[in-house]
Amino acid sequence: MPSPCAIVGIGQTEHARCRKLSIAELAREAAERALSDAELTWADIDAVVLGKTPDVFDGVMFPELYLADAIGAVGKPLMRISTAGSVGGHTAIQAAQLVRARIHRRVLAVAYTKESEGDINWAVQGGGIPFVSPFVAGPGGYFCLHIRDYIRRADAPGHIGVQVAYKDRRNALRNPHAHVRIEGITREQVAESPMLWDPVRYLETCPSSDGACAMVLTDERGAAASPRRPAWVLATAVRTEPATAPGRDHANPLAGIECAKAIYAQAGIADPRREVDVAEMYVPFSWHEPMWLENMLVADTNGGGWRMVDSGATELGGDFPVNPSGGVLSANPTGATGMIRFAEAAMQVRGQAGEHQVDGARVALGHAQGGAASYVAAWLVGSQRR
Amino acid sequence: MRDVAIAGYAASVSTEPYAGNEIELVMPVVADAVAASGLARDEIGITVAASSDFLVGQAFAFVRGLDAVGAYPVIDDSHLDMDGAWALYEAWVRLQVGDVDSALVYAIGKTSAGRLHELMPLSYDPYYVAPLSPDPRALAALQARCLIDAGVASERDFADVAARVHGADALELLRAPYVASPLRAHDCPPVTDGAAAVVLVAGDAARRAPGRAVWIRGIDHRVEPHALGARDLTRAPSVERAAHEAGAGDVSIAELHTQYAHEEIVLRRALGLDDHVAINPSGGPLRANPVMATGLIRIGEAAANIAAARADRAVAHAGAGACLQQNLVCVLEGA
Repeated sequence: MPSPCAIVGIGQTEHARCRKLSIAELAREAAERALSDAELTWADIDAVVLGKTPDVFDGVMFPELYLADAIGAVGKPLMRISTAGSVGGHTAIQAAQLVRARIHRRVLAVAYTKESEGDINWAVQGGGIPFVSPFVAGPGGYFCLHIRDYIRRADAPGHIGVQVAYKDRRNALRNPHAHVRIEGITREQVAESPMLWDPVRYLETCPSSDGACAMVLTDERGAAASPRRPAWVLATAVRTEPATAPGRDHANPLAGIECAKAIYAQAGIADPRREVDVAEMYVPFSWHEPMWLENMLVADTNGGGWRMVDSGATELGGDFPVNPSGGVLSANPTGATGMIRFAEAAMQVRGQAGEHQVDGARVALGHAQGGAASYVAAWLVGSQRR
Repeated sequence: MRDVAIAGYAASVSTEPYAGNEIELVMPVVADAVAASGLARDEIGITVAASSDFLVGQAFAFVRGLDAVGAYPVIDDSHLDMDGAWALYEAWVRLQVGDVDSALVYAIGKTSAGRLHELMPLSYDPYYVAPLSPDPRALAALQARCLIDAGVASERDFADVAARVHGADALELLRAPYVASPLRAHDCPPVTDGAAAVVLVAGDAARRAPGRAVWIRGIDHRVEPHALGARDLTRAPSVERAAHEAGAGDVSIAELHTQYAHEEIVLRRALGLDDHVAINPSGGPLRANPVMATGLIRIGEAAANIAAARADRAVAHAGAGACLQQNLVCVLEGA
């Protein structure tokens, strides 16, 4: 039987356009905060798992080597996971696996990107598919096509994207770590912001941020010794599909559906809409919220997602709050973005989310996507062991 | 710990530039490793990949690797920007969790696509070292120089290693010019394109696999400080620790990730290997060094020797970073 696994320490940096510190300081800031939250020292950590989006994003190759000292890994096992935008989720799950396998008792998971060192829209271009010219439109230009497909199939009204962004931007005002905080934000401001990739407007788009996130994961004994309430890992799954397979459903990727089925089965959840109290989901463009609610089987396919948004269910105070932290729209240090979703889910069930706390949250979903929405990682965390 | 065996291994290496792309390079290797395992592709529980975007020259290069492993329609998959030996470690951890019984691990190293000596400095401290763009051979030479200064080894000792690997005469080799003093060209690895794949199986599935079972008896990895000045380069404490944790010892074969001749001397000392242990019967990285796959190939080659009953117990080592900053030790045993 795998060991139970719990999160007992969580730390985030203040995410921002450009943090005036070194990459090592950025990663260490989050790690120190996670240790401090757990009331542990560097010496208490048995192993470190580092996650980050492609090295090309900020120009440091194999950054785990340079960061070994800053993240307290010297003399210990150190792994570096690299799976696109979902990497923060994969990294948290890998740390959980080391505990579950009873290989280590206390594992530090760290994820970061210092986007200001490079240019992500340039770095993601690639153009490696034979006979296909590079798209040169960034992730927004790529995903807007799938969003339009969703709108057509689900017969979604045009205001849904604005409504998601307006919610996330208001939620961000309650989160001291958020990068984009627009005081007094109005629905009109979002709706009148420049159109970037039809139907995605400027204020419906994620920023590019410097930031890091870290977590301490431990076993049953470590959880018992925790000074604060632990969050228990109830289920984890990762699924990947080929981005360019003919017939692939880009608006509702199979990887997400299979990932969702796996975590609900592990946690014994039959009706996620009712049994999950809050979700932190990977929504880099506003319309992804209704799409991923359907993809993760919270809402019915081809319309259930936008109807949830339209009814206000995903608002803080709704019956299924999504991204009370402000989500990816409010901070996007790509390497850390997935882990921030996982960490915010854990903060909710620990009652640690401050002004963006969902009252009485007992089960939370953390969700991350990467690549062409072809990498999916998700976990369910709970205030009680199952 | 759950018993885990290496059920399939395949590799392809060439010191001539490979004309195809990374996918064409790794695809037959994956197919061969899976065939050797006796499992069907869709029976394998997870895949874990290793590659470097910088070697390919493109962000998300690993995404295309999915085309080589049969990721359709959907798989349980992970990827590391580390040597494939660490991908094997991640797969081994998952098998210890116990929710899957088999894993496909693969690594892609097409190093001819770029200039490695210009790329590798990007993996050094980005503020204080990378801007100086030190050639990786120059940093290796610092370690070799430390060994000489400490009286641990001589240039003749380096030449003896190279002579064995290349089938040459040591005194003849010592007449070659320096590349980075005290290292000569034959002390350094060739530019190599290659790929490797390993299939791991756990528990009863391992006992049903065809051929002699090769069990992973121990596996551990450790990292040292990044700054060379913070380390005693004549020793490899991370190797010593990993070897201790993995239970290394009493082996007849060692496959070592010796990218430079003098590293064999450092690793021999750290692993406590005496003269009876055959070092790198495969030829080792001085003969073929497909970066990202080189460490995984060490484990695969050690396993191949056990599977062929040329050894009962072997140790494999994988390294990363300048002057062996990070190291993994894997102990293998025949049934």
